[in-house]
Amino acid sequence: MGDLKRLHSLLKEIDDMLASCMRCGMCQSVCPVFGQTLNEGDVARGKIALLDGLSQQLISDAQGVQCKLENCLLCGSCSANCPSGVKATDIFLKARAALTEYNGLSAVKKAIFRGTLTHPGLFNRLIDVGARFQGLMTRKANAYHGTSCAPMLSSILGNRHIVPLADRAFRKTHPFLDTPAGSSGLKVAFYPGCLVDKMYTGIGDAVIKVLRHHGVGIYLPENQGCCGMPSLASGDTKSFEKLVSHNLETFSGSHFDVLVTPCATCTATLKKVWPMMAENLGMKDQARIEAFSRKVMDINQFLVDKVGVRPKDALGDTAVTFHDPCHLGKSLGVFSQPRALIQASGKYRIKEMKDANTCCGSGGSFNLQHYETSTEIGQKKRNNIVATEAPIVATGCPACMMQITDMLSSKGDNVRVKHSIELYAEGL
Amino acid sequence: MKKNSLVGAFKELLGAENVMESETDRMNYAYDAAVLAPVLPGLVVRPRKTEDISGILRLCNENGIPVTVRGAGTNLSGGTIPSMGGLVMLTNGLQRIIEINEADMYAIVEPGVITAQLATEVAGKGLFYPPDPGSQAVSTIGGNVAENAGGLRGLKYGVTKDYVMGMEFYDAGGTLVRAGSKTVKCVSGFNLAGLMTASEGCFGVYSQLTLKLVPPPAAAKSMMAIYDSVDKAAETVAAIIAAKIIPCTLEFMDNFTIRTVEDFAKAGLPTDAKALLLIEVDGHPAQVAEEADQVETICRANGATRIQVAQTAEEKNKVWEARRAALSSLAKLRPTTVLEDATVPRSRIPDMVRGLDAIAERHKLTIGTFGHAGDGNLHPTILCDKRDREEWHRVEKGIEEIFELALGMGGTLSGEHGIGLAKAGFMEKEVGRGSMEFSRKIKRAVDPKNILNPGKIIGG
Repeated sequence: MGDLKRLHSLLKEIDDMLASCMRCGMCQSVCPVFGQTLNEGDVARGKIALLDGLSQQLISDAQGVQCKLENCLLCGSCSANCPSGVKATDIFLKARAALTEYNGLSAVKKAIFRGTLTHPGLFNRLIDVGARFQGLMTRKANAYHGTSCAPMLSSILGNRHIVPLADRAFRKTHPFLDTPAGSSGLKVAFYPGCLVDKMYTGIGDAVIKVLRHHGVGIYLPENQGCCGMPSLASGDTKSFEKLVSHNLETFSGSHFDVLVTPCATCTATLKKVWPMMAENLGMKDQARIEAFSRKVMDINQFLVDKVGVRPKDALGDTAVTFHDPCHLGKSLGVFSQPRALIQASGKYRIKEMKDANTCCGSGGSFNLQHYETSTEIGQKKRNNIVATEAPIVATGCPACMMQITDMLSSKGDNVRVKHSIELYAEGL
Repeated sequence: MKKNSLVGAFKELLGAENVMESETDRMNYAYDAAVLAPVLPGLVVRPRKTEDISGILRLCNENGIPVTVRGAGTNLSGGTIPSMGGLVMLTNGLQRIIEINEADMYAIVEPGVITAQLATEVAGKGLFYPPDPGSQAVSTIGGNVAENAGGLRGLKYGVTKDYVMGMEFYDAGGTLVRAGSKTVKCVSGFNLAGLMTASEGCFGVYSQLTLKLVPPPAAAKSMMAIYDSVDKAAETVAAIIAAKIIPCTLEFMDNFTIRTVEDFAKAGLPTDAKALLLIEVDGHPAQVAEEADQVETICRANGATRIQVAQTAEEKNKVWEARRAALSSLAKLRPTTVLEDATVPRSRIPDMVRGLDAIAERHKLTIGTFGHAGDGNLHPTILCDKRDREEWHRVEKGIEEIFELALGMGGTLSGEHGIGLAKAGFMEKEVGRGSMEFSRKIKRAVDPKNILNPGKIIGG
């Protein structure tokens, strides 16, 4: 337990953000977690009231508050729907940091974030080893989805249907690229993100293929690190800041116009969370982060808004339903572009599902800590997907893909889970 | 409440998962949407079936524990702020729509049903539940009935009390009481359902509500009228009513609100307008066409500089988007938003708006005024920062003067938000001593130990 005075002063820093909540409760209508539990502590208003109570010393149970704060997907539905414009997810990230500083980081998280994630070389080697031996730990769960269960790890993973690690990581097939701008006149830096590098390598291949097709120069530096969201969501600002510096350094080697990512969470983190959390860093770092973040763009948005990819006049026959990742739709306002990209392939047409922009229940480590709630929310998404009768569900975030695959696979639904960029790349 | 045996008794009654006693859980039910200090309850319980209400009340009554019933906690008058150390009873575990009767046009619901969900279900059967409080996406029917919630359609369709036909509730001792009926006409006995409506949890706890449904209007037409003076807008309101036209909605927005909405929502509002009216008429198509024409003529005759009639559903939606954005746009300006609902006879609206301007000037306050001009129910919205003590003191003076202003015009403290804790101290000024004494006598008779939401409406 840390210094109580220090906790109060940390919470005072977000006092203005807390004060802007007028307690109207409208967040109840959109919060996926509240929808399951109906507990005030699970909705933004309730969490803000707890932080307010803690900072005003009306209550003292900092651990209880942290516990409530962690029961949140950070999906941003509340912020997107808030009449007063309360930036709830920003508040929660800052508050998680303050409470973790006070309550301390668990030994397991310390080992994962400070011992592994912040050392990309070591992290990569560990995953490589994992990929080689995963067959020993798992048994096939669903041949259609290629998923497995891991009975030996059931204490951590439950009976999830997990997507296997790639035999060969993306960075091994594409260790380094630095090509000049082609016909498009544009050059991008490419940040695949951990899940594309280690699990969904096909998405990375598709990005390279599409960029080359459109004459876009690519800068893909070696030794990229995690965007820092997992550590930050657990309140570990130390690891987060280390990863920010590491990545800034990694991408400083070449000029580029835009930095593209195929992962909605990475995009939102690099673009919005980095500058938001940069306040504690020096002026020089702040300016660097500002300049870097301004260039970050989701791959769908880049292709449609910058490269000018348009849907074909005659749409394809195969129906695809699209799930809006929270970090793409609600956080960045990117809704139309992935749909346009899919329909630009010539093979597909969009068939909208009910509530396409509600959370799938993944929420990063939320899924590990609250699997039951995560699954209940995920099954609603699964039902909406299946109801469209589309043979393919596409999305723009590998983390959503994992969750949706788990939901479909465990129900035995034969619906393909794809990234929009994969569908577009197929037709080229 | 700290007595472990008692907590144990609640757990035995409801199951441990429906009894919350941790500090954080209790803090989560210490407030509602009113700008008032939170009060920490001693225990929070959630009945999962309506019969549980009886057991909870019995335990509370025997042990003298104050009970505050809470739906979504959206109310703006502190009606769901509990008593220190008391019990909060959540109704969101009671969410069944028991019956929607198309032949006799009524619905029977449990108190925790969300208002908008009921309206949608009812609409799905070709019927209409008109009350539409601004918080309807989350507010519960039980809360609406307890606070007698209003909404945008109040002018033509009335408020929640106009739709309560009957109910079942438990009294302070946990005994079931039936009131009203499923028939449109019912004059048997005292009007207990009427007494229970707007009782803000002081007389009993609803377990089932029977609500009147009506046929939906076949057609509707909306328009926006723009004015270069508040008086002209207000005169238009009076003239429309004088012409014996009752629009379903007749909303007002002052210049400050117009500019704020435009800044945030870019709805295409004329920022130089001193006031605007948003008007919708509904009913039979022929009648709607005729009334819309008449309203347009009246607006022009009373000095509207411009009138935009919505031709398509999309344009109609745009008219209402501007109105819906009013509170949220204002709320973004300053940390604290105090939304008042003092109401005056509609002929006094120009005086009220002028009076509000004077109060704002006198106390150096930022007040945006919008609201339901057709029923005289304005929402002067004070924007401030509660943490600034000096400013907050001025706000409190301002609120007091708003109440006095409205009462001086033969108005009321609350058009639709209820009295709760926020306005309990002003009640006697509105209703007089005799009325307060009579209310207290009823309260003492039905709740001798004063356990049901003490402190609300009639004070301590």
